[in-house]
Amino acid sequence: MLTDLYVTGDSPVHRTRPVIKIAALIVLCTSLFAFEGRESLLISAVIVTAGFALAGLKARHAWQSLRPALWILIAIFAVQVYLADLALAAFVVSRFAVLILAAALVTLTTTTSQFVDGIGAALKHAPAWVPKARIALAISLCIRFIPLIRNTFGEVRQAQRARGLERNFLALLVPLVVRTLKSADEISQAIYARSFD
Amino acid sequence: MQTRDVVFIALFAAIIAALAVFPPITLPVIAVPITAQSLGVMLAGGILGAKRGGLAVLLLLVLVAIGLPLLSGGRGGFGVFLGPTAGYLAGWVVAAFLIGYLTERNWTRLNYVLAFLFCVVGGVVALYAIGVPWSAYVAKVSLAAAFTGSMPFVPGDIVKALIAAAVIMIVKRSYPIIGARA
Repeated sequence: MLTDLYVTGDSPVHRTRPVIKIAALIVLCTSLFAFEGRESLLISAVIVTAGFALAGLKARHAWQSLRPALWILIAIFAVQVYLADLALAAFVVSRFAVLILAAALVTLTTTTSQFVDGIGAALKHAPAWVPKARIALAISLCIRFIPLIRNTFGEVRQAQRARGLERNFLALLVPLVVRTLKSADEISQAIYARSFD
Repeated sequence: MQTRDVVFIALFAAIIAALAVFPPITLPVIAVPITAQSLGVMLAGGILGAKRGGLAVLLLLVLVAIGLPLLSGGRGGFGVFLGPTAGYLAGWVVAAFLIGYLTERNWTRLNYVLAFLFCVVGGVVALYAIGVPWSAYVAKVSLAAAFTGSMPFVPGDIVKALIAAAVIMIVKRSYPIIGARA
Protein backbone atom coordinates (compact mmCIF):
# COMPACT_ATOMS: atom_id res chain seq x y z
CA MET A 1 0.00 0.00 0.00
CA LEU A 2 1.13 3.51 -0.79
CA THR A 3 -0.07 5.93 1.84
CA ASP A 4 0.09 9.69 1.54
CA LEU A 5 0.33 12.17 4.37
CA TYR A 6 -3.30 13.33 4.08
CA VAL A 7 -5.30 13.80 7.29
CA THR A 8 -9.01 13.31 6.70
CA GLY A 9 -11.19 16.31 7.34
CA ASP A 10 -13.87 18.59 5.95
CA SER A 11 -12.69 22.07 6.90
CA PRO A 12 -12.56 25.14 4.66
CA VAL A 13 -8.80 24.42 4.32
CA HIS A 14 -9.52 20.90 3.10
CA ARG A 15 -12.11 22.15 0.60
CA THR A 16 -9.92 24.87 -0.95
CA ARG A 17 -8.67 23.94 -4.40
CA PRO A 18 -5.05 22.65 -4.40
CA VAL A 19 -4.01 25.34 -6.92
CA ILE A 20 -5.10 28.09 -4.52
CA LYS A 21 -3.37 26.42 -1.55
CA ILE A 22 -0.10 26.12 -3.49
CA ALA A 23 -0.36 29.72 -4.70
CA ALA A 24 -0.91 30.87 -1.10
CA LEU A 25 2.08 28.81 0.03
CA ILE A 26 4.31 30.35 -2.66
CA VAL A 27 3.20 33.87 -1.68
CA LEU A 28 3.88 33.16 2.00
CA CYS A 29 7.34 31.67 1.37
CA THR A 30 8.36 34.45 -1.00
CA SER A 31 7.26 37.17 1.39
CA LEU A 32 9.16 35.51 4.25
CA PHE A 33 12.37 35.99 2.28
CA ALA A 34 11.44 39.23 0.47
CA PHE A 35 10.32 41.11 3.61
CA GLU A 36 12.88 39.60 5.92
CA GLY A 37 12.26 40.52 9.54
CA ARG A 38 10.55 39.63 12.78
CA GLU A 39 7.23 41.22 11.70
CA SER A 40 6.75 39.12 8.57
CA LEU A 41 7.80 35.99 10.47
CA LEU A 42 5.32 36.72 13.25
CA ILE A 43 2.47 37.40 10.80
CA SER A 44 3.24 34.19 8.89
CA ALA A 45 3.39 32.20 12.12
CA VAL A 46 -0.04 33.54 13.11
CA ILE A 47 -1.46 32.69 9.64
CA VAL A 48 -0.04 29.16 9.74
CA THR A 49 -1.28 28.56 13.30
CA ALA A 50 -4.72 29.82 12.32
CA GLY A 51 -4.65 27.50 9.30
CA PHE A 52 -3.79 24.50 11.49
CA ALA A 53 -6.61 25.36 13.90
CA LEU A 54 -9.09 25.94 11.07
CA ALA A 55 -8.16 22.61 9.46
CA GLY A 56 -8.69 20.84 12.79
CA LEU A 57 -5.09 19.57 12.85
CA LYS A 58 -3.51 18.70 16.18
CA ALA A 59 -0.14 19.67 17.63
CA ARG A 60 0.82 16.04 16.97
CA HIS A 61 0.58 16.64 13.19
CA ALA A 62 2.76 19.74 13.43
CA TRP A 63 5.33 17.79 15.43
CA GLN A 64 5.31 14.92 12.93
CA SER A 65 6.05 17.35 10.09
CA LEU A 66 8.88 19.03 11.95
CA ARG A 67 10.51 15.89 13.35
CA PRO A 68 12.41 14.79 10.20
CA ALA A 69 14.13 18.19 10.03
CA LEU A 70 14.74 18.41 13.77
CA TRP A 71 18.40 17.38 13.92
CA ILE A 72 19.42 19.63 11.09
CA LEU A 73 17.55 22.55 12.68
CA ILE A 74 19.31 21.91 15.99
CA ALA A 75 22.65 21.84 14.16
CA ILE A 76 21.89 25.12 12.38
CA PHE A 77 20.80 26.68 15.67
CA ALA A 78 24.07 25.65 17.30
CA VAL A 79 26.16 26.97 14.39
CA GLN A 80 24.29 30.29 14.40
CA VAL A 81 24.70 30.75 18.15
CA TYR A 82 28.39 30.03 17.74
CA LEU A 83 28.96 32.24 14.67
CA ALA A 84 26.43 35.03 15.30
CA ASP A 85 24.11 35.45 18.25
CA LEU A 86 21.05 33.91 19.84
CA ALA A 87 18.61 36.29 18.11
CA LEU A 88 19.73 35.37 14.59
CA ALA A 89 19.79 31.67 15.50
CA ALA A 90 16.24 31.85 16.80
CA PHE A 91 15.12 33.81 13.74
CA VAL A 92 16.63 31.42 11.17
CA VAL A 93 15.35 28.30 12.90
CA SER A 94 11.84 29.65 13.48
CA ARG A 95 11.67 30.76 9.87
CA PHE A 96 12.42 27.17 8.83
CA ALA A 97 9.77 25.91 11.24
CA VAL A 98 7.16 28.29 9.81
CA LEU A 99 8.09 27.37 6.22
CA ILE A 100 7.93 23.64 6.93
CA LEU A 101 4.64 23.92 8.82
CA ALA A 102 3.07 26.08 6.11
CA ALA A 103 4.00 23.44 3.55
CA ALA A 104 2.76 20.69 5.85
CA LEU A 105 -0.59 22.45 6.10
CA VAL A 106 -0.99 22.13 2.32
CA THR A 107 0.27 18.53 2.27
CA LEU A 108 -1.86 17.35 5.20
CA THR A 109 -5.11 18.77 3.83
CA THR A 110 -4.81 17.67 0.20
CA THR A 111 -5.03 14.12 -1.12
CA THR A 112 -2.55 12.90 -3.72
CA SER A 113 -5.39 12.31 -6.17
CA GLN A 114 -6.51 15.95 -5.75
CA PHE A 115 -2.98 17.02 -6.64
CA VAL A 116 -2.86 14.67 -9.62
CA ASP A 117 -6.21 16.04 -10.83
CA GLY A 118 -4.81 19.53 -10.30
CA ILE A 119 -1.77 18.72 -12.42
CA GLY A 120 -4.10 17.30 -15.08
CA ALA A 121 -6.20 20.45 -15.05
CA ALA A 122 -3.10 22.64 -15.27
CA LEU A 123 -1.79 20.57 -18.19
CA LYS A 124 -5.02 21.23 -20.15
CA HIS A 125 -3.97 24.87 -20.42
CA ALA A 126 -0.36 23.99 -21.25
CA PRO A 127 0.96 24.85 -24.73
CA ALA A 128 0.87 22.19 -27.45
CA TRP A 129 4.57 21.27 -27.22
CA VAL A 130 4.08 19.92 -23.69
CA PRO A 131 3.62 16.12 -23.92
CA LYS A 132 0.54 16.10 -21.69
CA ALA A 133 -0.49 12.47 -22.19
CA ARG A 134 3.06 11.26 -21.48
CA ILE A 135 3.37 13.30 -18.29
CA ALA A 136 0.04 11.95 -17.05
CA LEU A 137 1.14 8.40 -17.97
CA ALA A 138 4.47 8.78 -16.15
CA ILE A 139 2.82 10.05 -12.95
CA SER A 140 0.13 7.38 -12.81
CA LEU A 141 2.56 4.57 -13.76
CA CYS A 142 4.98 5.60 -11.03
CA ILE A 143 2.30 5.80 -8.34
CA ARG A 144 0.98 2.42 -9.45
CA PHE A 145 4.38 0.72 -9.53
CA ILE A 146 6.00 1.96 -6.32
CA PRO A 147 4.21 -0.70 -4.17
CA LEU A 148 5.05 -3.35 -6.77
CA ILE A 149 8.74 -2.46 -6.85
CA ARG A 150 8.82 -2.41 -3.06
CA ASN A 151 7.48 -5.97 -3.25
CA THR A 152 10.15 -6.94 -5.77
CA PHE A 153 12.75 -5.43 -3.49
CA GLY A 154 11.37 -7.41 -0.53
CA GLU A 155 11.61 -10.61 -2.58
CA VAL A 156 15.19 -9.89 -3.62
CA ARG A 157 16.13 -9.17 -0.03
CA GLN A 158 14.64 -12.43 1.21
CA ALA A 159 16.30 -14.39 -1.56
CA GLN A 160 19.69 -12.85 -0.78
CA ARG A 161 19.19 -13.32 2.96
CA ALA A 162 18.82 -17.03 2.28
CA ARG A 163 22.28 -16.83 0.65
CA GLY A 164 23.67 -14.73 3.49
CA LEU A 165 24.05 -11.73 1.16
CA GLU A 166 21.50 -9.37 2.70
CA ARG A 167 24.22 -6.81 3.54
CA ASN A 168 25.71 -6.93 0.04
CA PHE A 169 24.66 -3.85 -1.94
CA LEU A 170 25.47 -5.37 -5.32
CA ALA A 171 23.55 -8.57 -4.66
CA LEU A 172 20.51 -6.49 -3.71
CA LEU A 173 20.66 -3.71 -6.31
CA VAL A 174 21.50 -5.57 -9.51
CA PRO A 175 18.53 -8.00 -9.39
CA LEU A 176 16.21 -5.16 -8.39
CA VAL A 177 17.33 -2.95 -11.28
CA VAL A 178 17.42 -5.68 -13.93
CA ARG A 179 14.02 -7.09 -12.92
CA THR A 180 12.52 -3.60 -13.00
CA LEU A 181 14.04 -2.80 -16.41
CA LYS A 182 12.65 -6.07 -17.75
CA SER A 183 9.17 -5.35 -16.46
CA ALA A 184 9.46 -1.83 -17.92
CA ASP A 185 10.01 -3.39 -21.33
CA GLU A 186 7.02 -5.70 -20.85
CA ILE A 187 4.82 -2.82 -19.70
CA SER A 188 5.78 -0.67 -22.67
CA GLN A 189 4.97 -3.56 -25.02
CA ALA A 190 1.58 -3.91 -23.33
CA ILE A 191 0.99 -0.17 -23.76
CA TYR A 192 1.97 -0.35 -27.46
CA ALA A 193 -0.36 -3.33 -27.90
CA ARG A 194 -3.20 -1.17 -26.62
CA SER A 195 -2.36 1.58 -29.14
CA PHE A 196 -1.58 4.30 -26.59
CA ASP A 197 0.28 6.36 -29.24
CA MET B 1 10.61 10.51 -26.33
CA GLN B 2 8.74 7.28 -26.87
CA THR B 3 6.32 5.42 -24.63
CA ARG B 4 9.12 3.02 -23.69
CA ASP B 5 11.18 5.93 -22.39
CA VAL B 6 8.22 7.16 -20.34
CA VAL B 7 7.88 3.70 -18.76
CA PHE B 8 11.62 3.60 -17.94
CA ILE B 9 11.36 7.05 -16.33
CA ALA B 10 8.32 6.07 -14.26
CA LEU B 11 9.74 2.75 -13.10
CA PHE B 12 13.15 4.16 -12.25
CA ALA B 13 11.50 6.89 -10.19
CA ALA B 14 9.73 4.02 -8.43
CA ILE B 15 13.09 2.27 -7.83
CA ILE B 16 14.54 5.39 -6.20
CA ALA B 17 11.40 5.61 -4.07
CA ALA B 18 11.72 1.94 -3.10
CA LEU B 19 15.36 2.49 -2.09
CA ALA B 20 14.09 4.74 0.71
CA VAL B 21 13.27 1.58 2.66
CA PHE B 22 16.75 0.13 2.09
CA PRO B 23 18.23 -0.45 5.54
CA PRO B 24 20.76 2.32 6.22
CA ILE B 25 24.22 0.82 6.56
CA THR B 26 26.66 2.42 8.98
CA LEU B 27 30.25 1.95 7.93
CA PRO B 28 32.67 1.18 10.75
CA VAL B 29 35.16 3.96 9.96
CA ILE B 30 32.77 6.87 9.46
CA ALA B 31 29.80 7.26 11.74
CA VAL B 32 27.36 8.71 9.21
CA PRO B 33 24.81 6.12 8.02
CA ILE B 34 24.58 5.52 4.28
CA THR B 35 21.12 5.62 2.79
CA ALA B 36 20.61 4.14 -0.61
CA GLN B 37 18.42 6.83 -2.10
CA SER B 38 21.15 9.04 -3.55
CA LEU B 39 22.73 5.86 -4.87
CA GLY B 40 19.50 5.45 -6.86
CA VAL B 41 20.05 8.93 -8.30
CA MET B 42 23.51 7.93 -9.57
CA LEU B 43 22.04 4.74 -11.04
CA ALA B 44 19.26 6.69 -12.80
CA GLY B 45 21.84 8.70 -14.73
CA GLY B 46 24.28 5.86 -15.35
CA ILE B 47 21.66 3.37 -16.48
CA LEU B 48 18.99 5.46 -18.24
CA GLY B 49 21.18 8.28 -19.58
CA ALA B 50 20.95 12.05 -19.24
CA LYS B 51 17.41 12.90 -20.31
CA ARG B 52 15.58 9.88 -18.93
CA GLY B 53 17.66 9.78 -15.74
CA GLY B 54 17.11 13.47 -14.99
CA LEU B 55 13.39 13.17 -15.69
CA ALA B 56 13.10 10.08 -13.46
CA VAL B 57 14.52 12.05 -10.53
CA LEU B 58 12.31 15.03 -11.39
CA LEU B 59 9.24 12.77 -11.44
CA LEU B 60 10.15 11.40 -8.02
CA LEU B 61 10.43 14.95 -6.68
CA VAL B 62 7.01 15.85 -8.15
CA LEU B 63 5.47 12.87 -6.32
CA VAL B 64 7.24 13.91 -3.11
CA ALA B 65 5.91 17.46 -3.54
CA ILE B 66 2.32 16.27 -3.86
CA GLY B 67 2.49 14.57 -0.50
CA LEU B 68 3.82 11.04 -0.93
CA PRO B 69 6.37 10.20 1.80
CA LEU B 70 8.91 8.71 -0.61
CA LEU B 71 12.18 10.14 0.69
CA SER B 72 14.26 8.12 3.14
CA GLY B 73 12.91 8.27 6.66
CA GLY B 74 9.39 8.68 5.29
CA ARG B 75 9.89 12.34 4.46
CA GLY B 76 7.61 13.94 1.90
CA GLY B 77 5.33 16.82 1.15
CA PHE B 78 6.05 20.39 0.17
CA GLY B 79 8.03 21.05 3.33
CA VAL B 80 11.14 19.19 2.21
CA PHE B 81 11.61 21.76 -0.59
CA LEU B 82 11.60 24.58 1.94
CA GLY B 83 13.95 22.96 4.46
CA PRO B 84 17.68 23.66 4.77
CA THR B 85 18.74 20.70 2.61
CA ALA B 86 16.38 21.34 -0.32
CA GLY B 87 19.34 22.27 -2.53
CA TYR B 88 20.49 18.66 -2.52
CA LEU B 89 17.11 17.57 -3.88
CA ALA B 90 17.37 20.09 -6.71
CA GLY B 91 20.96 18.94 -7.15
CA TRP B 92 19.81 15.33 -7.60
CA VAL B 93 18.20 16.24 -10.94
CA VAL B 94 21.40 17.90 -12.14
CA ALA B 95 23.49 15.01 -10.79
CA ALA B 96 21.45 12.35 -12.62
CA PHE B 97 21.50 14.40 -15.83
CA LEU B 98 25.25 15.03 -15.65
CA ILE B 99 26.13 11.40 -14.84
CA GLY B 100 23.85 10.31 -17.67
CA TYR B 101 25.40 12.77 -20.12
CA LEU B 102 28.96 11.69 -19.30
CA THR B 103 27.99 8.01 -19.44
CA GLU B 104 26.26 8.39 -22.81
CA ARG B 105 29.23 10.27 -24.27
CA ASN B 106 31.65 7.53 -23.22
CA TRP B 107 29.31 4.54 -23.56
CA THR B 108 31.46 2.34 -25.79
CA ARG B 109 34.65 2.82 -23.78
CA LEU B 110 32.93 2.86 -20.38
CA ASN B 111 34.77 0.94 -17.67
CA TYR B 112 34.54 0.75 -13.91
CA VAL B 113 36.99 3.59 -13.27
CA LEU B 114 35.24 5.95 -15.71
CA ALA B 115 31.80 5.08 -14.30
CA PHE B 116 33.10 5.77 -10.79
CA LEU B 117 34.58 9.11 -11.88
CA PHE B 118 31.31 10.16 -13.54
CA CYS B 119 29.36 9.24 -10.39
CA VAL B 120 31.73 11.36 -8.33
CA VAL B 121 31.58 14.32 -10.74
CA GLY B 122 27.77 14.30 -10.84
CA GLY B 123 26.78 12.75 -7.53
CA VAL B 124 29.36 14.47 -5.32
CA VAL B 125 30.96 17.52 -7.01
CA ALA B 126 27.89 18.88 -8.84
CA LEU B 127 25.53 17.87 -6.03
CA TYR B 128 27.49 19.68 -3.33
CA ALA B 129 28.09 22.65 -5.65
CA ILE B 130 24.32 23.18 -5.57
CA GLY B 131 23.48 21.93 -2.09
CA VAL B 132 26.13 23.79 -0.10
CA PRO B 133 25.46 27.36 -1.35
CA TRP B 134 21.72 26.71 -0.99
CA SER B 135 22.03 25.71 2.67
CA ALA B 136 24.41 28.60 3.27
CA TYR B 137 21.86 31.04 1.87
CA VAL B 138 18.70 29.76 3.59
CA ALA B 139 20.40 28.99 6.92
CA LYS B 140 22.31 32.31 6.89
CA VAL B 141 25.70 30.74 7.49
CA SER B 142 28.91 31.35 5.60
CA LEU B 143 29.81 29.17 2.62
CA ALA B 144 32.77 27.81 4.54
CA ALA B 145 30.61 26.77 7.50
CA ALA B 146 28.04 25.09 5.25
CA PHE B 147 30.88 23.34 3.42
CA THR B 148 32.41 22.08 6.66
CA GLY B 149 29.01 20.92 7.87
CA SER B 150 28.46 18.81 4.77
CA MET B 151 31.93 17.22 4.80
CA PRO B 152 30.97 14.23 7.01
CA PHE B 153 28.66 13.03 4.23
CA VAL B 154 31.32 13.01 1.51
CA PRO B 155 32.98 9.66 2.40
CA GLY B 156 29.55 7.98 2.32
CA ASP B 157 28.84 9.49 -1.08
CA ILE B 158 32.19 8.24 -2.38
CA VAL B 159 31.28 4.73 -1.19
CA LYS B 160 27.94 5.10 -2.97
CA ALA B 161 29.74 6.10 -6.16
CA LEU B 162 31.91 2.96 -5.86
CA ILE B 163 28.79 0.79 -5.51
CA ALA B 164 26.83 2.67 -8.19
CA ALA B 165 29.69 2.29 -10.69
CA ALA B 166 29.74 -1.48 -10.12
CA VAL B 167 25.97 -1.73 -10.64
CA ILE B 168 26.17 0.48 -13.75
CA MET B 169 28.86 -1.78 -15.27
CA ILE B 170 26.97 -5.00 -14.50
CA VAL B 171 23.71 -3.63 -15.91
CA LYS B 172 25.61 -2.36 -18.97
CA ARG B 173 26.71 -5.93 -19.66
CA SER B 174 23.46 -7.70 -18.79
CA TYR B 175 20.64 -5.30 -19.70
CA PRO B 176 21.93 -2.20 -21.50
CA ILE B 177 19.44 0.64 -21.98
CA ILE B 178 21.61 3.51 -23.22
CA GLY B 179 23.38 1.82 -26.13
CA ALA B 180 20.51 -0.33 -27.33
CA ARG B 181 18.09 1.56 -29.54
CA ALA B 182 14.78 -0.25 -29.83
